[in-house]
Amino acid sequence: MSTEPLTDLPRQEHGRWRAHHLSLIIGAAITLGVIAIALLSLVWTPHDPNPTPLPIAERLKPPAGAHWFGTDIYGRDVLSMIMVGARNSILVALVAVGIGVGIGVPLGLFAAARRGWLDDFIMRVNDLVFAFPALLLAIMITALLGPGAINAIIAIGIFNIPVFARVTRGAALSLWTREYVLAARVAGKGSALISIEHILPNVLNILVVQATIQFSLGILAEAALSYVGLGTQPPMSSWGRMLSESQTMFAFAPHVAIFPGLAIVVTVLGLNLLGDGLRDMLDPRLRRERSAQ
Amino acid sequence: MGSFVAQRFVSLSATLLAASIVIFVVMEVLPGDPAAYMLGLNADPAAVAALREQLGLNEPVLQRYLNWVGGFFVGDFGLSYTYRVPVRELIADRLWVSVPLALMALALAIIIAFPVGIIAAAKRNSIVDAVIMGATQLGIAIPNFWFAMLLVLAFSVGLRWFSAGGFPGWDAGILVGMKSLVLPAVALALPQASILARVMRSALLDTLHEDFIRTARAKGLSSGQAIRHHAVRNALIPVMTIIGLQFSFLLAGAIIIENVFFLPGLGRLIFQAIAQRDLIVVKSVVLLLVAAVVIVNFTVDLAYAAIDPRLRRRAP
Repeated sequence: MSTEPLTDLPRQEHGRWRAHHLSLIIGAAITLGVIAIALLSLVWTPHDPNPTPLPIAERLKPPAGAHWFGTDIYGRDVLSMIMVGARNSILVALVAVGIGVGIGVPLGLFAAARRGWLDDFIMRVNDLVFAFPALLLAIMITALLGPGAINAIIAIGIFNIPVFARVTRGAALSLWTREYVLAARVAGKGSALISIEHILPNVLNILVVQATIQFSLGILAEAALSYVGLGTQPPMSSWGRMLSESQTMFAFAPHVAIFPGLAIVVTVLGLNLLGDGLRDMLDPRLRRERSAQ
Repeated sequence: MGSFVAQRFVSLSATLLAASIVIFVVMEVLPGDPAAYMLGLNADPAAVAALREQLGLNEPVLQRYLNWVGGFFVGDFGLSYTYRVPVRELIADRLWVSVPLALMALALAIIIAFPVGIIAAAKRNSIVDAVIMGATQLGIAIPNFWFAMLLVLAFSVGLRWFSAGGFPGWDAGILVGMKSLVLPAVALALPQASILARVMRSALLDTLHEDFIRTARAKGLSSGQAIRHHAVRNALIPVMTIIGLQFSFLLAGAIIIENVFFLPGLGRLIFQAIAQRDLIVVKSVVLLLVAAVVIVNFTVDLAYAAIDPRLRRRAP
C-alpha cells in the first residue's frame, strides 16, 4: 500500500514556482551576457579577430596567457573570433525572427479575422512549408541564391513565417469569441482595427515566448548552415564556420572546436531557459494547468 | 475509418503535389538558365544549347513539370549531369546508408527517451527529475554536428573504439557496417532523445489527473506503478505524434552528420550535387526527402487513429 498522498498539489506548485523563476533568471542572465559580449566586440576584443598579415607563427596555441581560448590554425585569437561570432549569430537569428514576425503575425491575424477560404489557403501553405525539413529548405535556398549571411537570414526567416502565422492565428481565433471583441464590433470597428487594437495586444505574450524559441532555433540553424559552408562567409567570423574550419585539426588541437561549440550551447541553452521562464510567467493559465497535473 | 484514411490521403497527395510544384518552380522557372548555371560562367554557348536540348529545357514549362513528376511514378528521376548515371541509381546507393542511419538514430532515441521520461515523470519534482530535465535542456541546446565532433574526440581519437568517419560498405559485413554508423547515430539521437524524453514526461503528467489513474492509486498502486502500468500506454499518442514530426529534423540532421563522418548517404549526395551544380540530383533528392517526411506523418496519423477511435472524428 502506498503511503504517498494521492495528490501533491501544494508542494508541487511551490516547487514549480521556484523552478520557473530560476530558469527565467538564469536564462535572462545568460542571454544578456551573450548580448553584452556581442556589443562589446563592436568596440573591443582582446586581439584583432582578423589580423593582417596572419600571425602564422602563433598558430594552434593552447589556451594560456595572452590567448585565453588559444589560437586557431592561422594564429587568430579564438576568444576574439567567438566574440565577433556572437554578433553575427545574434544578428542573423534576430533578423530571421523579424521576418517571421513581420510577415507571419499579420498573416495569422488576417486568417483569424477573415476565416473562410483565405484562412484555409494560408494554413495549407503553412502545412507545406512545415513538410519541408527546415534545414533542407535553407540548403536549397542558399544553394540557389549562393552562400552568405543574407541568404541564410532569408532561408531561416522563411521558415519562421508559418510558425508565427500559426501561433498568432491559434491564439487570435479564441479571442474573437470574447465579449470585448464583440463589444468592439457592435461599436462599429472593422476587423483590421479590432485585430490591431484588441487581438494583437492579447497575443503579444505568446509571441514573445515564440520569438525566444525561434531565436534559439535560428542560432542553431545559422551555426549548421555556416558549418556546411552555406552561411556566413569569410572573413566574417561565425561559430559554425569556426567549427567547420576546426574539423581537420581538432584531434590534436581540441580547443579550436570546443570553445565555439560551447558558445553555441551556452547561448541556445540561455535562450531556451529564458523562453521556458517567460512562458510560465506570462501565461498564468498554463502555470495553473501545469501545477494541477 | 475509411473516410478518415481517404481524407488523410487526399491531404497527403495535395501536400506532395504542392511540394513538387514549389521545388520545380524554385529550381527551374525562377530567373536563370539551369543549363548555363550547371555549366558555369565560362561555358561555350553551343554546349549550353546542347545541354538545354538534352535536359528538355526547350519544351513548354508544363510539359517539363509533367515529365519530371511522371518520371517519379515509374522510378525514372532522370540522368545525373555530373555522374552520367541515372539519378535513381545514385539515390538507391545512398539510401543504403541514410535509411539504416536514420533508423538506428530513431531506435536509439526511443530506447533512451522512454525510460528517462518515465523515470522523470514518476519522480516528478525530485532531484532526479531536475537532473533529467536539466540534461535534456542541454541535449536540445547542443548542435548535433558539434556533439559528433566531441564523440570522435572521445571514442575515435581518445579510446580508439570507432573509426572517425567513412563507411566500409555492407559488403564488409553487417556488423562492420553498423559499427561505422554507431557514432553518427548517437550524435543524431541526442537531441531527438532529449525532446522525446521531455514529451514523454509531460504526456505522462497530463494523464495523471485522469480517472483511471485515480482509480489505480485508490487500489493502492504507487504513483510510479500507476504510471508504468496505466499512464504509459495513454501517453504514447502524443509521443508518437512528436516522433513523426521529429522525423524531418532527423533527416535534416542526417544531412549534416553525414558530412561530419564522410558517410556516402543522401546528405553527402545533396551537398556534392549542390557544389557541382547538378540540379537534377538536387531537386529529386529534395522531393524524395519531403515525400519521406509527409509519408511518415501520414503513417503516424493512421497509426494513432487505429489505436484511438476518438481521433478519427477529429476535424482535419
